[in-house]
Amino acid sequence: MVAAYRFKPVITLLLLALLLVAVLLSLALGPVAIPLGDTLRVLLRWFSTADLPTDQVLIIEHIRLPRTLMGILVGATLALTGAAMQGLFRNPLADPGLIGVSSGAALGAALMIVLGSSMLSALPSFVLPYATVLGAFAGGVITTWLVYRLGQSVQGTSVASMLLAGIAIAAISGAVIGMLSYLADDAMLRTLTFWNMGSLGSANYQRVAVLALCCALVWWRLPRQAKALNALLLGESEARHLGVDVERVKRELVLLTALGVGACVAAAGLIGFVGLVVPHLVRLLLGADHRRVLPVSMLLGASLLLLADVGARLLIAPAELPLGIITALLGAPFFLALLMRAQRRGGV
Amino acid sequence: MLLVEGLCCERGRNKVLRDIDFKVAAGEVLAVLGTNGAGKSTLLASLTGELTPSAGRVELAGRALADWPPLERARRLAVLPQSSSLAFAFSVTEVVAMGRLPHASGQQQDDAIVMQAMHATDVSHLATRSYLSLSGGERQRVHLARVLSQVWDAAGQGCLLLDEPTSSLDLAHQQLILQQARDMAARGLAVIVVLHDLNLAARYADRLLLLHQGRVRSIGTPWDVLSVERIAEVFGVVVQVEKHPLQDSPLIIV
Repeated sequence: MVAAYRFKPVITLLLLALLLVAVLLSLALGPVAIPLGDTLRVLLRWFSTADLPTDQVLIIEHIRLPRTLMGILVGATLALTGAAMQGLFRNPLADPGLIGVSSGAALGAALMIVLGSSMLSALPSFVLPYATVLGAFAGGVITTWLVYRLGQSVQGTSVASMLLAGIAIAAISGAVIGMLSYLADDAMLRTLTFWNMGSLGSANYQRVAVLALCCALVWWRLPRQAKALNALLLGESEARHLGVDVERVKRELVLLTALGVGACVAAAGLIGFVGLVVPHLVRLLLGADHRRVLPVSMLLGASLLLLADVGARLLIAPAELPLGIITALLGAPFFLALLMRAQRRGGV
Repeated sequence: MLLVEGLCCERGRNKVLRDIDFKVAAGEVLAVLGTNGAGKSTLLASLTGELTPSAGRVELAGRALADWPPLERARRLAVLPQSSSLAFAFSVTEVVAMGRLPHASGQQQDDAIVMQAMHATDVSHLATRSYLSLSGGERQRVHLARVLSQVWDAAGQGCLLLDEPTSSLDLAHQQLILQQARDMAARGLAVIVVLHDLNLAARYADRLLLLHQGRVRSIGTPWDVLSVERIAEVFGVVVQVEKHPLQDSPLIIV
């Protein structure tokens, strides 16, 4: 523990380097491997007049760069909102996916996709991505509030209630999405299936732009609540005694979390466990202070999601595994281990 | 420092507190006693502003409690809860430093105050330990250091509320915590401490406030308040009251 505290700047620098490596790998690797040197040259093309094969330029600029950007945005935002949610719920096992926030957001987005397009057909088509985000956001806000209220008890929040609420919400949204799939046409159906798996495969600059807009707000506002989150971990009354406007902070955290998760779900579908695993690793490395946990979680979240996505592209190339499956395969055992440890310590 | 006038509180339809009047001066330790359900927690909650009284007023340093901006109030009024549910691996120093949250006094001064507060409650040697690895008594002392650092520079104009600070502690730590409360009063804070143990209260408090069925049954020095008849009436236990052999405070023998 003491040693870890001493090496904090080093760890942060290492994580920055990891992100850089992850970005390069994400640009270079895939069904068509592009040498690292060429990858760098494509990126630096604007500064030099190097002569490069057009297919490589096309692959990187039109497929892998937006995909990588989306990976950074989604990974960092999921990790950041996961850390915030664990602070808000005063429980290290909270995760947007597990407690139903992602399902709620997916339901909101699905409703928008299937029913919204007929209702919003009068609107120009470029509004539609925003409508999906809006639906996901609304679904996220409602479920976050619901789970927060359900999980609240005298001794803080209970994981059991939280997870049960998550199961119920996932079941409801699964059922409704299933129902929607009967109403959906072929294109909608494909979008819906993709929602339940999670993937960065649909990345394009338009989606990235919408996502970046939402994430920018979350990245800007959430880390400012780091001190308040620290105080909230002591308990709501204790935070109030420390002069924190608890109701306002809670409202802001719920809205920002729902916006972040909603935007990620709308862009990349359900990608679980990033928000659980990443803040945990960061706390192991750097301690629990949110002033460090929040920004460093973003770094590590972006790196891990990019690496997982590279894995998704390579494992069964030229076909592609859904990213959500990889994060679940890696994250679920991690969650089980945490659960067992918490139980050994007496109480979840 | 803290003035309570005609305070009435309701929880649901029950009148939990009726016509409470008292004040606590800077440098004084007031112990609040009473049976379970006498209204001690409600009283504390209305003193911290968590509960809005249905009638009457609470004044902190000459200004109604509700009129204080939250941050400024937090600089003058600190509360030590009975127990804390902190489940994250903060270091001890980080927990204590949370007490400086409402202040904008700068990192350097904050660090100095945090060090002094940790020294005062004898947790300096735990500074880099994880909070989760501490025993119950150590945790309580860490939180005491946290609330001390919160009102450290409010000497002469601050107030410290301790809610049954000794309930989970062994004999030595009970004495240590209450001695701390006395020291803080000596530094110029008004200290209100809710206690169950009559002897601890008699030994460490300047004055006692005995709550019974939501009213002030008695307030005054330990000798005034702790009479055989009154203890029998309020607690339903027949006791003997003697003089403490080593100091001038009453000793209750059950």
